[in-house]
Amino acid sequence: MALDNRKINQLLQSFRANPYRIFVVVTPHTGYLREFLVKEGDEVKGPTGKWLEKLGTPLFILEREKNPKTIRAKASGIVSKVNYELEGRFVEAFEPVLEIKHSLTQKEIIAELLRKTLHIVTAPEKARYFLSPELAKKIEKEGEGKVVVKPGEELAIMSFMKRETPILHEGPPMVVFRVFFSQGQMIEQGEPLFGLCLENERPYVEKLISRVKEEWPA
Amino acid sequence: MRELQRYLQELIDRVVYLQDIKGENWEGSVYLLEDLKQLKEKFFQIPEKECHHLLESYETRLKILEDRAARELTPYEIVKITRNPQRFTLLDILENVYDSYTELGGEGDINVDPAVICARAMISRRVGDKIYLHQVIVIGHEKGHGEEFRNGGSAKPWGNEKALRYMRVAETEGIPIHFYIFTPGAYPIEDYPGAAQQIARNLYFMSKLRVPTVAFISEGGSGGAEAIGLADIRLMASRGYYSVISPEGAAAIEGKVKEGERPPRELVEFCARQLKITAEDNLRLGTIDRIVPEPPLGARRNDYQFFKRLRYEMIRATDEVILRTKSLKAFRSYALRRKKEEENPPEDFDIHVRWDLSEVEIEKLLDLRSKKYRQMSRHVLGLTKCSFRNYVEKTQDVGLRLYHDFRYGVLKQSQKIIQRVMEDLSGEGAAFLRQLTEPLKTAYDLLSTRPKRPKARVLPVEEGLVDLPELYVSPLALEDRTVTCPNADTRGCPDIWVPDLYGEFCGVCPNCGYHFPLEYQWYLSNIFDAKSIKEFNENIASGNPLGFKGYDKKLALAKKKTGRNSAIITFQARIGGISLIVAMLIADFRQGTVGVAEGEKFIQACDRARITKRPFLAFVHTTGGIRIHEGTLGVIQMPRCTMAVREYIDAGGLYLVVYDNNSYAGPVASFLGCSPYQFAIRSTRIGFAGPRVIRETTGEDIPPDYHSAENALRRGHIQGIWDRRELRKKLYEALLTMGGKNLYYK
Repeated sequence: MALDNRKINQLLQSFRANPYRIFVVVTPHTGYLREFLVKEGDEVKGPTGKWLEKLGTPLFILEREKNPKTIRAKASGIVSKVNYELEGRFVEAFEPVLEIKHSLTQKEIIAELLRKTLHIVTAPEKARYFLSPELAKKIEKEGEGKVVVKPGEELAIMSFMKRETPILHEGPPMVVFRVFFSQGQMIEQGEPLFGLCLENERPYVEKLISRVKEEWPA
Repeated sequence: MRELQRYLQELIDRVVYLQDIKGENWEGSVYLLEDLKQLKEKFFQIPEKECHHLLESYETRLKILEDRAARELTPYEIVKITRNPQRFTLLDILENVYDSYTELGGEGDINVDPAVICARAMISRRVGDKIYLHQVIVIGHEKGHGEEFRNGGSAKPWGNEKALRYMRVAETEGIPIHFYIFTPGAYPIEDYPGAAQQIARNLYFMSKLRVPTVAFISEGGSGGAEAIGLADIRLMASRGYYSVISPEGAAAIEGKVKEGERPPRELVEFCARQLKITAEDNLRLGTIDRIVPEPPLGARRNDYQFFKRLRYEMIRATDEVILRTKSLKAFRSYALRRKKEEENPPEDFDIHVRWDLSEVEIEKLLDLRSKKYRQMSRHVLGLTKCSFRNYVEKTQDVGLRLYHDFRYGVLKQSQKIIQRVMEDLSGEGAAFLRQLTEPLKTAYDLLSTRPKRPKARVLPVEEGLVDLPELYVSPLALEDRTVTCPNADTRGCPDIWVPDLYGEFCGVCPNCGYHFPLEYQWYLSNIFDAKSIKEFNENIASGNPLGFKGYDKKLALAKKKTGRNSAIITFQARIGGISLIVAMLIADFRQGTVGVAEGEKFIQACDRARITKRPFLAFVHTTGGIRIHEGTLGVIQMPRCTMAVREYIDAGGLYLVVYDNNSYAGPVASFLGCSPYQFAIRSTRIGFAGPRVIRETTGEDIPPDYHSAENALRRGHIQGIWDRRELRKKLYEALLTMGGKNLYYK
């Protein structure tokens, strides 16, 4: 569906109506739910630290075969809908225990919107990626979000074990809206490389981003 | 007027220095400083004569305060003197003690490591009218007067590597080395060559460094100090400190202070007192040889009188080291004369001593160094025996040595020589005959209709390792429950039933291979041949040599809990029939920390392995480092044990180190880290300092797997990672394939 003002409003409306993501915490296996360590309305934190080495907030204790296991939060947010009646009872695997209501940040909303509106080119293999020299030169001259690529034009060069493969643009002419890697960066397979959009859609995407920045300050 | 101005500034500096040491509000020093500052403000309004009078009266006040401060100095205040930016540093020494110097391997901040300075220097002595110049290599830490890039004299691993490189240069050129220790401790990072491993390498090299060495300690911070501290004579500044850990570090451990919080001042003062860190304490404990006197409140960078004294002491100490190797008589008379001069050192020297040694003298030097370190700290163990028992034991030792030298030395060597000659002869004969018979054989093979002779087959090597009759099962397996593997989140390991885990699986997760900790008894029973363990020296007991308050109780508790007298078990055992000596540091006794008793037992085990030509295995169940309650007596175990290890390896033995659980600090940075064959059991953590110390020292966070065995292997600190279930087999293979020539079974 082409992007226009109505579509923008629709997208923003959907985030305005529900600027949260709900993470349902389920039991990883069967066992006795011994104790809740949080209550509804509590704020919890997911794993933090540079290497996510600091564990998340403890949520509840699940015991199986005399092995009490503390289940911790995987995401930050507010605890909602705690299934209190499970306390002290035997529970099956994957039984929903509580929900964490995670408020989306500006960065997360923009990422999600870009995923929805842009045409994403992903990395076909785990390799080092370089912008094609012509494209790099053009982006340097005109700035990001302004260069148009035509079908068959070279977007990037994938380099692995001295083997270099060009990545060509397929489909209609498009604007290179975002480049998601730095020159020579090692990218895992399936990770995004470029976000492209039709030339007539570009002003709308920019507008969308600026409106998100207005409504959800960082 | 300018002179008066300088006089005033000097007085202000002295008051600030006094306040730095004793605290800002000490005995009204703050008022004195105010008076001086007021005088500075209206300096030009006061007549010169009056100003002079005022300054003199202020100096008298200050002198009284200084005298009092010097009389009441506490150990922690001495630490503050040592750390003061006004204190002399190595560059001041190079400028004022030596006649000329050329810095090697760096200049200022353009340097491999600006915290370590190596220099080629000249030091002169006057004998009568003549002046003699001596060449030395100077290696030491540079704290810098507030220069940030010097890192406070905290040497990085590559700085210590630079020191080692120039020790080699000195050895090649045969000139003495003067070491100057000004370090709060080594910079605790594992990047190659690794803090611990490099200190271990330095110690290993210094233990047999073939040139005279003298060390001067101003700030001796544990392992960092030892990296350049193993010297023939160790001098110490009277207002320096030499300690196993900084008083703040000890207070944080003793007071169980949380990360980021500062320990209370009283606790820091208490620890500084208990750790016995001053020069007098260290001299009494025998960890240093002499004290170089300083002014009562410590020498500063412009104390030229002190530099003169230091120059005299360095020359005399080097002379002493040289003369000891020459003739006992000459040395004795020299030493006696020196004693008289101690109060007022003369300007001139009465003799000139050449600072080079012959091969025989070098051997004597090494022998004396070995004896010196082997004797250090032994007195606290109370190992003195009655003369008859001593005599009997000595006779036994000599007998043992003679027997092994004869059995595995003379007999085995001659057997080997004959065998080698026979092999050479038969090989030579076979080669000669083949030349004659080869044409005939080829012709015969061509004409003959019979199938060709089958190729020679490799005979299977006879397997000496048999499975143990029954496996010891850890008492941990007696619980009916499951446990979760720590890697469950990332590797998806299912919960493991405890009887399975600690029984059949030997404490290893069947999914990811994570090794759960096991008690040391498991290893005793499952590695060595059945009933082959014979323990020795179990009576050597850990004590409280410094009288550290509250430590006696903790020690008694550890003894009661484990039923052992120290954190190390030394024994003789067999693996696949091969007899070996083992030293095992155990976690249950004070986290496997090393003190005097542990060091002595290790050395005795090492010597026994050398004499009986057995391989020597150091199995580290866990070690938390040097035991801080034993202070520098603990630190001195680093050079002592490394010395014993070096002598064992040089004698052609096999020194294997196997790490398990956690191994940190001093032992890894000395007698364990110097082994050419270090292996770790999977899931082990090896390093110099723990994560908290690294964070607090470097201000940077480290990844959770920073100390893992995999990373230690990646950095080249260990040579391999072994699976616990294969440990017996791996050790047997190592015994057969590694090590020197002087093993009884080779």
